[in-house]
Amino acid sequence: MAAPELSQPLPRTRRRLTPALRWWWIFQRVSGVVLVALIFTHLFYNLVLGDGVSQIDFGFVAGKWASPVWQWWDFTMLVLAMLHGMNGMSYLIGDYASTKRSRTTLSALLGAATAIIIVLGTLVIFTFDPCPSGADPQNLNVPLCQELGKL
Amino acid sequence: MPSTPTLYRGHEGMWMWIVHRATGVAVFFFLLVHVLDTALVRVSPEAYNQVIGSYKTPLYGLVEAGLVAAIVLHAFNGLRIIAVDQWTWALRHQKLLVWVVWGIFVVLMAGFLPRHLGNVFGGE
Repeated sequence: MAAPELSQPLPRTRRRLTPALRWWWIFQRVSGVVLVALIFTHLFYNLVLGDGVSQIDFGFVAGKWASPVWQWWDFTMLVLAMLHGMNGMSYLIGDYASTKRSRTTLSALLGAATAIIIVLGTLVIFTFDPCPSGADPQNLNVPLCQELGKL
Repeated sequence: MPSTPTLYRGHEGMWMWIVHRATGVAVFFFLLVHVLDTALVRVSPEAYNQVIGSYKTPLYGLVEAGLVAAIVLHAFNGLRIIAVDQWTWALRHQKLLVWVVWGIFVVLMAGFLPRHLGNVFGGE
């Protein structure tokens, strides 16, 4: 049955949120705006410029992470995207998980997955070795490894 | 069930709410996988190149195109949500803004798809 239509928006109501929920509400919006800039640049650089997806290999990653700008870019993107995704998923858990038990279990899984991915991703970005010894040079970024004196 | 007067139910805003949730979930799970596949650079160049190589196949190329589409929709609809929360003008015109989101989506995908699919299907 179609609902009657309003011709004007209803007056705004003041919503009551706990301080934590309010903080997350603001975070979701701020991180969303920042992520638009970070992710669109990421996609444009990796998938549109150069040879697009065909250019992506170990040497390409090595070339990017040789610069601290891309390291911190990717780190910021990782942390903001995971927290933004975690908060979004927790809205869905609140809406769709019907029992307290399922909400607790899913929230715990979500928190664990988020923590693991952030820690793992951060370690990968900052402990990355562009020229591991014993690797086949054809898989490496040869100019970079020569410059670093590792080839 | 009594129906409250609404600008929303069954209209553009409601469908966009569903699109926002669906694309958000899809992008979240992709992000988990994407960090794990990138983590292979710490295993070996060979392991990373092998897995990334599979992303360049036609099937994954199409999945990637779908992911980019999901990200574009989620991004611009997210900006629309912020605008609607922030400005009365945007609240009044939230339906129009839904069509603006779809318009931006069509333009960006029209720019991206030929480039990306050309790389996926035309390459090497």
